[in-house]
Parts: sequence; structure tokens; C-alpha cells
Amino acid sequence: MKIALPIILVVVTAGLMAVALYGSGSGPATIGIATGSAFYGLTPKASSPQQALTNLLSDVQRRNWDQAFDALSKTSAIDKQSFIQDWIGSNGSLRAFSNLEGFDPRPLHISNGDAQIRVRLHYSTPVGPIEDVRDFHLIREGDVWKAVWPKVEVSNVPSEVIPVTYLRWDLVTGGADDQWGSKSVDAPHVRIISMNAVDSDEGAVVMGEVVNEDTIPAFVNVNATLVDGSGNPIDDETSFDKIAHVLLPKQVTPYRIDFPSVTLNKVKNVRMDVKATLVPASADPVIGVMDQKLDSDVQGKAVLHGHLLNQSGQTVNIPHVIASFYDNNGKVVWVSDGYVDRALLPQSSEPFAVEIPKSLSAKVHNFHLVVNQYSLGRS
Amino acid sequence: MRRSFPICAAAMCLFVASEAQDIRVPASAVAGEEASISTTGSGKATFYLIGPGISSKSDVNLGEEIHLQAQDLRNAGEYIAVVCSRECHNASFFVSAGKPHRLTFLVHPSRVPVAQNDAVTGVALPFDDFRNLVTTPETINFQLTAGNASVSRSVRTQDGISWFRTASGKSAGPLQVVASLDDISTRRAVQQVASDPCNLRIKGERTATGILVETEPVHDCAGNPVPDGTIVTFTATVGDEKSTVDAPIKQNVARAQIVASGPAVISAASGVVMGNELRVGGRP
Repeated sequence: MKIALPIILVVVTAGLMAVALYGSGSGPATIGIATGSAFYGLTPKASSPQQALTNLLSDVQRRNWDQAFDALSKTSAIDKQSFIQDWIGSNGSLRAFSNLEGFDPRPLHISNGDAQIRVRLHYSTPVGPIEDVRDFHLIREGDVWKAVWPKVEVSNVPSEVIPVTYLRWDLVTGGADDQWGSKSVDAPHVRIISMNAVDSDEGAVVMGEVVNEDTIPAFVNVNATLVDGSGNPIDDETSFDKIAHVLLPKQVTPYRIDFPSVTLNKVKNVRMDVKATLVPASADPVIGVMDQKLDSDVQGKAVLHGHLLNQSGQTVNIPHVIASFYDNNGKVVWVSDGYVDRALLPQSSEPFAVEIPKSLSAKVHNFHLVVNQYSLGRS
Repeated sequence: MRRSFPICAAAMCLFVASEAQDIRVPASAVAGEEASISTTGSGKATFYLIGPGISSKSDVNLGEEIHLQAQDLRNAGEYIAVVCSRECHNASFFVSAGKPHRLTFLVHPSRVPVAQNDAVTGVALPFDDFRNLVTTPETINFQLTAGNASVSRSVRTQDGISWFRTASGKSAGPLQVVASLDDISTRRAVQQVASDPCNLRIKGERTATGILVETEPVHDCAGNPVPDGTIVTFTATVGDEKSTVDAPIKQNVARAQIVASGPAVISAASGVVMGNELRVGGRP
């Protein structure tokens, strides 16, 4: 009896480990959980396109680059370094700060020799979860399936000198001898030029546009308070990152304030408050937004897509696009935003897309886009 | 204990309010100047002085003058003098502010667009050497100078305050505002800046890489150049596609390069001001 109990425990533990190691690879992929084997040599054989893709993405999740690269077909037009960079990003881009949290594959076409699988990739990033959709092409090589990786187009920036000719505003604060201290310079004058409140699937949304009417840059934040019929506040939220905070003179930005789990039928009034403070700023970089078009993406969602063109000489690490959409009467009916996960190199362009709710896509008549930018080491 | 002293003294004042007055206080005292209080009778007594920011106690001889130091009368306002021997007697007197020694001058805003009605306001308050507000009427002269033009107006203080309100000028640049009273003067500056762009016009030409579009020199309706760094949004519509560039004005002109090969309709806007439309043909 003394020996039997430890033996039973060891056998049961070994059995559970075996079930865990072999069982996980055969089930359907679950968002946020790495599938496949935890140990080298125990990866399930890529005998089907789904299993091959699961193995590949699991290795990418764990950053097992050698195994992941081995899972590619020899016909792939990519070297190992470019493959790794494709996943981990470069130049301080958003992808460089992201992790692949999960994936959700959906076969589009499977035959004896090749397969096409669409995968929704779920990344965790410093700006919240981001979803990407990617189509993978797999082919059978002998008795295993392998992914064919397309050539990754990397922006090639030639060496050149780009003179910096734009303005920069610095801020000099008054010292102790200054009679009025920092109050000697008034805060920038900004104005809300439009506001609209709507119900959405996630709750109430207050949105519109703000203009900097002043001749100096402003750091802007918009707050909204929902008030009920008795005059009591229901909720109070800010625009957070759904606004271009630094506004140069005469620049217009959309803003959006989300009130999750609040419906407008309880709201009698919306109190708006825009706060502006004077900040140092630069008119550089200038980012053009080219080829903007309302369209549908591969999943059938209504999107506004286009290309961002960096017309300056510095790298923009994390571009952020904010778009306001207008109806026939010029009223803002929706504001949406999206981060571009690749860095915008000087004089080069990157594609972007922002989503519009399907229910609103027919109403949209016009749109306006601003590009917010985060560059490492710059204010 | 320190707090209870003025309360007790005030209570004493109330108690002796109906008694005959045996002390004579100055009819007019000025802050920061010496004064004296005369007493009648003889013998030792205790003197209390209660006023704004002061409460003191000292031994005095009745029949002699009580000398009040300039230090004791720094703050303008009502003072109560109490002399107690066998019984207490009191009298109150008022200390008014001294001669104006400094001018506090507030001008708002620090930055104003040109040609705005009632846009600039200024408030001046004269204070004496001990920071007492001078409430006696004084005439303050406000002088506003922008470039070579200068206007002035004199305003008499009411309860220690005088103020003005005026329109901003037609030209961008500093507006010097000086408030003066006798030989005291205080200077403030208001930055007059260009107003919204007026008659925003653009021109463009096709280049090898797209369309180079630029504004004509951007001015406000009074002819002032709009400051550098002001954003002009160029929008090019090519078929059902649109391209936009937010370009800052530099040396009066905003310029942008737009990538488009087909015929394009280009417009410009700065803030809420729209410019003209420009049609550029497609690349041959």
C-alpha cells in the first residue's frame, strides 16, 4: 500500500502529460491559446493544411524561428531574416511592440495538392488588441504540407539629404520673477465645430470635430458628460486616443468618446468640455494620405482604405489614422481610427484601412482624415 | 489664547460703548505714517490697539499722548483704540491708504486676432507702498501703441479700479499697453495676430511624380500674412479616390505634392475657411 500510492500518482501524472502534449494539436485553434506541442520533436506531423498552419503559427507565437522557417516551402520567395522581420516588425513600429496572442483559421479552398486558408491573427499591442487578416497558401510536399511565403516588400529608402524647413514652436515658461508666471500666455483657443451622439453596438458614442482657431499649437482633449432627465451625470469619459491631441494652427481633428453599456434613451443632455494647453510642437513630419477610397475588404466589411505617404525626412514609428465620416448634410455620422503596424519610413508609403459600421456605410457621403504620429524620442 | 484677545477686546468695546470718551483719536490717519492718540486723566493705564492685521497691548500714562508707530498702521481700514484703567474707554478711527506707489495692471488676452470688436480689456488698480488699495479717485492714463499709431484715454478710478475695453487693431504685431498714474507706469504687451485666411487661392501644375499644388500668399481680410505653421489642407479628388495633405504655411505659402496621375479636382481649406477649386488634367 505504501508503494502503490506513489506509483499510481506517477502513472496518472504521466498520462495527463501525454494527453496534454498530443491532444492539444488535434483540436480546433482557440483564440489566445497557443496550440501544438510544447516540446521540440513532439510537434504533430503537418499531415493536413490546417495542422501545418497551426504548427507554423504556434512556432511564430513562441518565436521558434528555426522551426517556423523550416515549415515553409522551399518555393517561398523569402529569406529567414525577412521572414522574422515580417513577424516582429522593425524601426520601432507597432508590430515591434506586439505579440501574436491567437489565431483563427478558416479554409477557403483545399485540394489534394494545395490549400488556401484565411487566418484572423489576434495581436496584443500597447494600444489595445489589434486584428489582422492574412491569407496563407499551402502546398503538399511529399507527405507533409508547407506554407508558401510570398516575397515581403520592404521599403527601400535611398540615401539622400532632406532639408528640414518646417516650423517648430518652443515654449518658454516664466520664472519666479515673472509677475503672472505662466499665465502670461493665454491657452490656445480651440472650438468644437460639430458634435453628434449616436447609439452603437457597444454603447453610446459622442463624436465630432475640433478646430484650433489660434496661431499656436494646442494639446487638446475633449470630455463629455452624459446627463439624465434629473440633471444627474450618468457617465463621464474623454476622447482618449480617438483624437489627434496636438493640433497645429487651423488644424481640424475628429474626436470620438465611447460610453460602453450606456444607451441614449436614458440621456437628456450631453455636456461637452474641450481643454487646450500650450505645448511645444513641430510642423514636421508632413504625411499625405493618398488614394483614399470607400470599399469592402476581403471579409466584406466596409472600410476606408488608402496609403500614407511620409513626405518628410524622419521615420514615423507608429502612424495612427483618424477619420470622420459625413452624411449628405455634412453631419459627422461616425468617427473611426486605426493604427498602422509598420513604420512609415522617409519618402515611403504604407497602406491603411479603417472600418465603418455596415449600418452606416450607405449613409456616408464624404470623409476627412487626419494622421496622428508617434515617433520615438520626439515630443 | 492669541485669538481670544481680540474677541475679549471687542467685548470690552461693546461693554464701554456708552461711556464718555476720554481718548481722542486722529481724524484722518494714513497707512504707514505715524499718528498719536491723546488721553485725559492721570495714572497708569493699559492701551489696546485692534485693527486689520494687528492687535497690540501696551502700558501708557493717562494724560500723555499715545504714539502710534508707522509699523502699527501699515494696513488701511478701521482701527479701535481702547484705554483701560479703572474702567475702559474706546474710540475708533479709519486709516486710509497712502499715496499710490504701484499699479497692478491686468490686460487680457495676451494674444488677439486683428479687427475684433471689444477684444482687448485692461484693468488697473493703484496700491500704496504697503499694498493697500487706493480707493480715493485717481486718474489713470491708458496708452495703447501699435506700430506708429498711438491712442490714449484717461479713466478715473471708481472704488480703486479703472478699466478700458477696446477693439484690436488692423495690423498684426505687438500692441503695447501702458497704464500710468503720475510718475508710476506699468507696461503690458498684447500680441495681435492675423485673423482667418481670406480669399484662399491655389495654383498647381503637374510634375513627374504627381501634382505640385501651392497657395498664393495667404493673408487675412486686413492684408496681414497668416503666420507660418498654419495648416492648409489640400484635397485632390481623382475619380472616386481622394488624396489629402495637411501642409503648413511657410513664408506665406503652403505647398504640397499630391500623387495622382488622372485628371484631378483640387481644393484647399484652412480651418473652416474654404479656398477655390482647381482642375488639373491627367498625365499625357
